[in-house]
Amino acid sequence: MTITAIITGVMILIAGVFVLTSVGEDLYSQRLEGALQDSARATLQAQQVIDVVAGSDVRSLNAAVYSMRGTVMSVSSSDYLVFKRQIEQPRFIDAPQDIIVGLEFAEQVSEPLTKALLSAESLQYWQPISFKGENGSEVPGIAVGTSINMPSGAGTYDLILGYKLEDTQKTYSFILRILLLTAIFLMLLIGGLVYGISRIVFRPIRVAAATSRRIAMGESDARMPLQNDEYFDMLSENFNQMADALQSRIDELDTLSEMQQRFVSDVSHELRTPLTTVKLATQVLTTKNQDLEPSSARAMEVMVEQVDRFEALLTDLLEISRYDAGRVSITTEPTNIVHLVEEVVENLQPLTNQVIEVRPVGGYNPIDVDPRRIRRIISNLIGNAIEHGEDKPIVVRIDSNSTAVAVSVRDYGVGMSEEDLTHVFNRFWRADPSRKRTLGGTGLGLAIAREDAIVHGGLLEVWSKPGRGTNFRVSIPTSEDEMSFFSPLPLVPEGESGEQQSPDETGGWLKRPRRYLQKAKKIVNQKTGEAKNEKS
Amino acid sequence: MESMSARILVVDDDVALSEMLTMVLEGEGFNVHHAGDGNEAIEKFAEVKPDVVLLDVMLPFKSGVEVCSEIRKVSGTPIIMLTARSDTDDIVKGLEAGADDYVVKPFNPVELLARIRARLRDNNDDGAEVLRVADLTIDVSGHEVTRDGVKIQLTPLEFDLLLLLARKPGQVYTREVLLEKVWGYQYKADTRLVNVHVQRLRAKVEIDPENPTVVLTVRGVGYRAGTPTS
Repeated sequence: MTITAIITGVMILIAGVFVLTSVGEDLYSQRLEGALQDSARATLQAQQVIDVVAGSDVRSLNAAVYSMRGTVMSVSSSDYLVFKRQIEQPRFIDAPQDIIVGLEFAEQVSEPLTKALLSAESLQYWQPISFKGENGSEVPGIAVGTSINMPSGAGTYDLILGYKLEDTQKTYSFILRILLLTAIFLMLLIGGLVYGISRIVFRPIRVAAATSRRIAMGESDARMPLQNDEYFDMLSENFNQMADALQSRIDELDTLSEMQQRFVSDVSHELRTPLTTVKLATQVLTTKNQDLEPSSARAMEVMVEQVDRFEALLTDLLEISRYDAGRVSITTEPTNIVHLVEEVVENLQPLTNQVIEVRPVGGYNPIDVDPRRIRRIISNLIGNAIEHGEDKPIVVRIDSNSTAVAVSVRDYGVGMSEEDLTHVFNRFWRADPSRKRTLGGTGLGLAIAREDAIVHGGLLEVWSKPGRGTNFRVSIPTSEDEMSFFSPLPLVPEGESGEQQSPDETGGWLKRPRRYLQKAKKIVNQKTGEAKNEKS
Repeated sequence: MESMSARILVVDDDVALSEMLTMVLEGEGFNVHHAGDGNEAIEKFAEVKPDVVLLDVMLPFKSGVEVCSEIRKVSGTPIIMLTARSDTDDIVKGLEAGADDYVVKPFNPVELLARIRARLRDNNDDGAEVLRVADLTIDVSGHEVTRDGVKIQLTPLEFDLLLLLARKPGQVYTREVLLEKVWGYQYKADTRLVNVHVQRLRAKVEIDPENPTVVLTVRGVGYRAGTPTS
């Protein structure tokens, strides 16, 4: 639209300049023509007056010149006159004196004109001059020179007449003004027209843009209205069909995920009830039969253990399926991460002889997280470190900055190869199937831990080297508005820098993962600070 | 004084589970009654007048949540929900319907017994004592809470919660401590229990639950009782 306006403007400008120059030139040449004709007529008359002079004495010559001047002034429209004896002529005592009417004009008549007259190659010569008008402005003019032959020895005289082009100038500026006004008017008109037309022409496109934006914003039932425009309505229909197809597909997927979730939930329910019954039954058996024979007692023990393991598996499976279905909502509350980590360590320390050392540098400020899930991440990581830490100390670091809180769990155990690292978050993947399992995880721990981090907008990352141990780092952004964050802890532990990474490498700015979440509306009561989550 | 003949109403449609549950509870000396569906649960409740109700969420005819709110209309009897789903929804719905506590299947029998005993605990061993919180008066022995002489109906759990806070005005209790003192949890548990019950309690005792004066939130820490007003 702007381009249209600019092009129109330039075109009007070119047309204006063209009209102006041609009109100007035309006016000038017309006026010049008039001046030349006027001068020729005056010269003719003057020559006739001179020619009839009888005597060659001073008096008669002067009288002739005087009468010639009168004739010229009356015949010609010019008010300026220079009558001057040509230079380079033999002295003649009786030669009449030069006549000047209009001193200002005489000063302007320059040498090229007199020289040209001297050459007498043509009858008329002219030169542009300028007069001083009132209030000091310059008025263009023309000086036209011809030659008059005087009788006896008086020789040749130049007759130079001056013409003011004041009227022409006035006409010219009038036309210029008119043209300028017309141009401005046209520009405004065209500008308005272009704007108006573009509003009308582009309206369907704007509607289309608005509709597609609404769909992109998640308003899946937004559709393009018909615009009574053959081509646009075709676009509308196609677009709407596409949106319909998209929506029905999304609905279908939604239904499928809901069905899957319900199925898993139902299966879990159906499994949980008999599992509870089995647990209760073992309880009854153990309390009633204190004196079982050793093999039966052992069988009972195994049964209790395995029922617990079955339960853990069931819980993890349900959790991972909930994540898969995108149906997870988190209940956040302000949580002190350092205290949370210390609690987890306190609970896990009795399970191992390894020293679990907590090094909190920061992270004391409570941040809004789902403490159940964060606790689960930390327990999983520490449990993992206990499992693979080869009885060497485990170091848990906590730090925070303005964007994120991070916890890293470092063990100095067997570590993992690069190949292993690509599988570490895979479900049911075991680092080394031949290794004895002390804690007996379900194999879903790290997969769930990673989802737990992602659901908080955070990341769970791992560094490991065979023989050097493993470092897991979980980074959680401190606020929901944080789209990218900077992890306060290094992923590659100090003293373990590889070729490409420096020891204080924290991975730079990390991008907050975007994950489809079941819309969990967080209702925060401003006055009491109570937060509760509701599914919508 | 834990009554050895405490009556427990078990509401569960699974026969095998109910049988085992009854066996375990009777082994602990409780007097166990059983209902197999929601309607029967309401009838049995009126008939038996149990001290504790163990209520399954998934029941034929009438869901556990419905049964829970119906019982709450007539009585403050402690209700422990048995739920097979650890989904936030079910638990919160049950708690909001008035359940005091919940146990997720498959539960540990020992844990269930601990939950039941916590609900049977009798707190009025302090003799005649009258406490004040904000503009409320708590008659400890009479299990009564009044505002300007008007009695406010609280369930035993809500009363325990308010009483605990009122005994030490100004002291801030974390959710974990409340879980331990009121619900009898010995380890970390679901703090949503506390949140939901504080909200329920506020709905009953606060003039404006949005602007609480009785149970105050200490952000990031927990709760404390409001200072008495004359």
